[in-house]
Amino acid sequence: MLLVTCPYCGPRPEIEFRCGGEAHIARPAEPSKLSDKEWAEFLFVRTNAKGVFAERWNHAHGCQRWFNALRDTASDRFIQTYKVGEKRPDRTPGQERL
Amino acid sequence: MRRFSLLTLLKEATNAHQGWGRQWRAPEPKVGYDAVIVGGGGHGLATAYYLAKEHGMRNIAVLEKGWIGGGNTGRNTTIIRSNYLYDESAAIYEHALKLWEGLSQELNYNVMYSARGVMMLAHNVHDVQSFKRHVYANRLNGVDNEWLTPEEAKEFCPPLNISKRLRYPVMGAALQRRGGTARHDAVAWGYARGADAMGVDIIQNCEVTGIRRGLSGAVEGVETTRGFIRTPRIGVVAAGHTSVIMEKAGVRMPLESFPLQALVSEPVKPVFPCVVMSNAVHAYISQSDKGELVIGAGTDQYVSYSQQGGIHIATHTLDAICELFPQFTRMRMLRNWGGIVDVTPDRSPIIGKTPVQGLFVNCGWGTGGFKATPGSGHVFAHTIAKGEPHPIAAPFTMDRFRTGRLIDEAAAAAVAH
Amino acid sequence: MDQAYRLPEGGRIDRKKPVSISFNGQTVQGYAGDTVASALLANGIHLVARSFKYHRPRGIVTHGSDEPNALLDVDRGRGRSDPNNRATVVEVFNGLAVASQNHWPSLDFDVGEVNDLLSPVIVSGFYYKTFMWPRTFWTKVYEPRIRAAAGLGRAPTVADPDRYQYRHAHCDVLVVGSGPAGLTAALAASESGKRVIIVDEQAELGGSLLHDVTSLIDGIPAQDWVRQAVDTLDSRANVVVLPRTTAFGYYNHNHIALAERVTDHLADPSSNLPRERLWQVRAKQVVLATGSHERPLVFADNDRPGIMLAESVRAFINRYGVAPGRQIVFATSGASAYTAAADAKAAGLAVSVVDVRSEAECGPEVAQLRSMGCEVLTGHTVVASRGRKRVTGLIVAPVSADGRVGARRTLRCDCVGMSGGWTPAIHLFSQSRAKARYEPSLDAFVPGTSVQAERSVGAAKGAYQLGECLRQGWMAGAEAAEHVSERTFDATNSPAGFKPVRVLPTDVNPKRLRAFVDFQNDVTAKDIRLAVREGFESIEHVKRYTTTGMATDQGKTSNMNALGLVAGTLDRPIPAVGTTTFRLPYTPTTFGAFVGPSRHHLFDPIRTTPIHEWAAAHGAEFENVGLWKRAWYFPKAGEDMHAAMARECKAARTSVGIFDASTLGKIEVVGPDAAEFMNRIYTNAWLKLEPGKCRYGLMLKEDGYIMDDGVVARLAHDRFHVTTTTGGAPRVLAHMEDYLQTEWPDLKVFLTSITEQYAVIALQGPKAREVIEPLVTDIDLSPGAFPHMSVRTGFICGIPCRLFRVSFTGELGFEINVPSDYGQSVWEAIFERGKPFGITPYGTETMHVLRAEKGFIIVGQETDGTVTPDDLGLSGLIAKTKPDFVGKRSLSRPDIVSAGRKQLVGLVTDNPNEVLEEGAQIVMDPNQTIPMRMVGHVTSSYWSSNCDRSIALALLAGGRSRMGSRVYVTTPTGFTTAKICEPVFFDPAGERVNA
Repeated sequence: MLLVTCPYCGPRPEIEFRCGGEAHIARPAEPSKLSDKEWAEFLFVRTNAKGVFAERWNHAHGCQRWFNALRDTASDRFIQTYKVGEKRPDRTPGQERL
Repeated sequence: MRRFSLLTLLKEATNAHQGWGRQWRAPEPKVGYDAVIVGGGGHGLATAYYLAKEHGMRNIAVLEKGWIGGGNTGRNTTIIRSNYLYDESAAIYEHALKLWEGLSQELNYNVMYSARGVMMLAHNVHDVQSFKRHVYANRLNGVDNEWLTPEEAKEFCPPLNISKRLRYPVMGAALQRRGGTARHDAVAWGYARGADAMGVDIIQNCEVTGIRRGLSGAVEGVETTRGFIRTPRIGVVAAGHTSVIMEKAGVRMPLESFPLQALVSEPVKPVFPCVVMSNAVHAYISQSDKGELVIGAGTDQYVSYSQQGGIHIATHTLDAICELFPQFTRMRMLRNWGGIVDVTPDRSPIIGKTPVQGLFVNCGWGTGGFKATPGSGHVFAHTIAKGEPHPIAAPFTMDRFRTGRLIDEAAAAAVAH
Repeated sequence: MDQAYRLPEGGRIDRKKPVSISFNGQTVQGYAGDTVASALLANGIHLVARSFKYHRPRGIVTHGSDEPNALLDVDRGRGRSDPNNRATVVEVFNGLAVASQNHWPSLDFDVGEVNDLLSPVIVSGFYYKTFMWPRTFWTKVYEPRIRAAAGLGRAPTVADPDRYQYRHAHCDVLVVGSGPAGLTAALAASESGKRVIIVDEQAELGGSLLHDVTSLIDGIPAQDWVRQAVDTLDSRANVVVLPRTTAFGYYNHNHIALAERVTDHLADPSSNLPRERLWQVRAKQVVLATGSHERPLVFADNDRPGIMLAESVRAFINRYGVAPGRQIVFATSGASAYTAAADAKAAGLAVSVVDVRSEAECGPEVAQLRSMGCEVLTGHTVVASRGRKRVTGLIVAPVSADGRVGARRTLRCDCVGMSGGWTPAIHLFSQSRAKARYEPSLDAFVPGTSVQAERSVGAAKGAYQLGECLRQGWMAGAEAAEHVSERTFDATNSPAGFKPVRVLPTDVNPKRLRAFVDFQNDVTAKDIRLAVREGFESIEHVKRYTTTGMATDQGKTSNMNALGLVAGTLDRPIPAVGTTTFRLPYTPTTFGAFVGPSRHHLFDPIRTTPIHEWAAAHGAEFENVGLWKRAWYFPKAGEDMHAAMARECKAARTSVGIFDASTLGKIEVVGPDAAEFMNRIYTNAWLKLEPGKCRYGLMLKEDGYIMDDGVVARLAHDRFHVTTTTGGAPRVLAHMEDYLQTEWPDLKVFLTSITEQYAVIALQGPKAREVIEPLVTDIDLSPGAFPHMSVRTGFICGIPCRLFRVSFTGELGFEINVPSDYGQSVWEAIFERGKPFGITPYGTETMHVLRAEKGFIIVGQETDGTVTPDDLGLSGLIAKTKPDFVGKRSLSRPDIVSAGRKQLVGLVTDNPNEVLEEGAQIVMDPNQTIPMRMVGHVTSSYWSSNCDRSIALALLAGGRSRMGSRVYVTTPTGFTTAKICEPVFFDPAGERVNA
């Protein structure tokens, strides 16, 4: 079970959280202007990266806040968590603390 | 290929089995092939087998980064069934089931397909309604599936607890008698041996590191840890790693890869005659020929390539198992492991062409790909050989995510594969 | 029995406490402190098992959890019976009953032994090559026989009377293992005052020191040193000591699972105690001091009872005061067996040693042992053993440097202690997903670079000298606790080091040699060579093909022998063949421990409404809806569900029915931007909805499919009271929060779940107003002042309420929201007041029928996650003027707007008394060939007492353009006929709601 650091509450066990999938996929401002293909990409296409991956988490059984995390999907180690609206940190794996 | 039979086995017994040769060769990669299959799991090996057998393409290779069958083929709980709701799904899984029924003979390799019956339990009114919808749809599609009362379910699976005092009492069950299990490793090995005998090169410890495309955009070959291999056709059958491979060709996929766990108990004498699935309480259980209770757990909630999940996933499943089969709490877990499953937005696979000329993909089987192995390989081979989808594979295009023609078994039925 | 093999003195057993157990019905005496294995050996019992495949007689091989052979069924009485217990770890108590497994008719005479004669045929993987003809015989004939033969013990058949518990703990340093390295690690770490947990799978702390009677640590005997160390740890308040506890799983982020066995060793445990506890520990730092496993030697018939590991011979003698034999031959390829031999000799047993190493390869241990008067044959190999149910002799022969085997010689013996070297127990390290590194000097994989906050020490890291283990442990413990403390230890060093030998040199044709590598799964060296010959080269392939290492011991003793054999056969270095990954659990772990208290009502939480007890007292039957228990119907004496439902349905349409709708999800959407937020989340328009008005809202997922629905009331300009479906409440709130926080953080809106805060009483029927009129204050209930689809706040029975005038039945109706604490009393007051009108409580079944009569949909019944608003004829709820809302874009995708989609229709059967099955499929032509073209399915179907006929709703391809058509609907036996109609069966004009 992961240990997830909520930027508002601190480290908590994963069962308090819900993972919301890939982060930084902004909803298009005017969806009607998108082609079917572009809309399908927004809806369904995901990076699914092996390695550093930005993803969304919700502290569902805690403060209920959404936040983002950088995690290495090959090792499951978190590199950093950060608040919604903040820029994706420029980090690579190996920088996390053991 | 040395044929397997009781006779040859007895003959070898007199010779201390010195006469058995390799079941498949360990060839060095050639400079080029007519087609390259990326991924030496059951689906990839089956694809190669049918390409060679039914489409005469024998100058082909299967590239496996580790050892064949080492991914989800060797990590799943081996449930086989075809009682899916939608016509498209029923067609492909039934196609597979028909192939399963003769697979040992086809491959001359005992894959131990065992039609011991797959029973899916209903625990609430919604389940009952949904399963009856399945039963009726299957009947009209020629797929066997029948409705059982709780008492009939208990008769079919005596260890089942049908007490009304359960947190979620059993309200009935859908039973597919032709459903069952098979020996997962043997499927990979049997297809490998069969394909190899027809000239297919099965190359292990060969990881694809790049996909080379020409000026026209069409594929020219694959870069691997064992050098460049030229080929005009690439079939990617890499399960959890599909996104990673496809990204090398610049194709982004509607996939997410999740850890999926399974576990077995210590072996015991026969105690569990069939396969029982209960999606409402997350329990999937059968007993292997070796005597282990084989139990499927759920996926973790996050994308991961680590093949390891949390303990809460396994405990949740065992909660359900012991609620349905209270006599099993004193059994012991022997092994618990994880695989990486690639999941599409509608939980149905993607089989077909891609925007890149010469690049084909077969992925997105999620938590239930093993049962499809023969059918998946068969229709994918057709797709690669002809350059056009097999009719059974045609609905499973990537384009359905653009048009909205999803095949959403999970949403329709709340039943995992 | 008389414990003929109990040594006159020594051991950690309590000779003042005799214990008797039964083995296969025979009484066996032992002492407190014995394991089943030591008690059996004390009585000269070596034959304890039959092997899995060949049913060969098998004995006890080890003294710990790595035991491959001695698996027993254990019966602790009163339904507490389970199979496959390792005799070497089960502690004895009076009355314990154990039995051997996998034989018929008896352990002594087992007809299954015939399989041993078939061994030339049933080699590894033989079943892949046969049993294929005829096709149907696999499932019907072959498989049942194979299955009956396979499996070891018998699964329990009755429900387990024991219970299990969970503990969750945090600590600064978790130390796994309490041998020398683990103890010093815990001592150093705890000196700092930090929170330390030390666990050990054995009954007492000390590890290998518990059977070490010669070493000194800092000048005192090792076992005294252990006692002092344990006393120190016990005295420290910051230390939790957990014996009988196995750290079996190393999960992500230093999450370690421990199984603590609380009562299995007790004859009469208190009923207050759980059988086991599952500890989930989140440790800041972990020290792995898990020791090492000794390897067996691989030679012909190395599996006879009486042949065991050398160190285990030592442990039985020193720890349990048991002589595993009177005349012991130690067969070894390394130095450690000499310590065991010396201890055996010191205990008065006849001892000789066969060492495969040449004299030059050996150290001073040889001379030392010879000086004690023992024969030592260096440069000798073991070519076979004698005996059947007990070893009687070892056949040895000299072996030259070039491998030539000389003349045979038989050493008579009744016990063999074998040692093929040592393998660090890196299981937990490997589970932490760090990569092991092959260390040629140790012929073993050792921990490589850590990937979690973890350190391996001692034998687990390949350190086999006592002083070094103590030092490493101390250092690691101090470092883990960030505590500066240096210490050195003065300790006796024992001889160590070994020469790796995969299969002992032999003069037998190796093709015929039956030398066992994996005892439990009956895998021989030639099985492994066969697998390699057949092209299985990765160790994972070899494991799967031969099943080596796949038994309940997971190959703890055998893995390195197998790996070395594969590497040797392929002539490749060991790392090129790979190391198998170690899968959790470290040792088999009871399902019950994982399940803990999560049984029955704790399996999943039960949610009940404030009116639940009233309903239960009034005879309601309940159904599970999500986590909720909802009143399903209220049968009167003699009524079944259909009769009750028919009565309830009539009452609601003719006078008044009362229904508990408290489970509906309720969310308050509050803030200056509340209306704008609603506008973006729902398909319909909200900006112009006046306060005091209600509107039915439809919510889509971004993919355009219906997600949820419910009535929404605008209480004030900046305040909406949203209702959701019962099952959808958490999902809807999460969906709203997601969009609010991540897509539209600029909107000033608060979302609050109020599901639990309000009880909801639905009063439906022509008499509804009359019933509540006298109870309601501050609200004008007249139709003009309080029309359908409006909301008022006021009081009922003096309790503040939010009164909705809404209807899910098509009748005049109210939904009364009162604070939960008052739910039942208000309900009772209304019920009392309604009695003159024949007020009738109704349940969910009647609710379903009443709404179906009106054609109102239920999300999850008429929808299944693939249904759009237009499919249900609800296009009118899509605001045309809104540029965007969640899901809007998806509604214009090609296959969503294409013709032929399934649409909601009504169905009436030609036979009005026939009720269709929900889920039934619909075809236009029942005579077509299979596969048939299905055009739709029945979503809802009931007997309607108000319509006096059956009614059904269905989703049907192009349904709205097929009104009046005849369709065929599946029944359990075939087809029946029905006609397509509008999906409204009662009061189509919809006038009754306005009463």
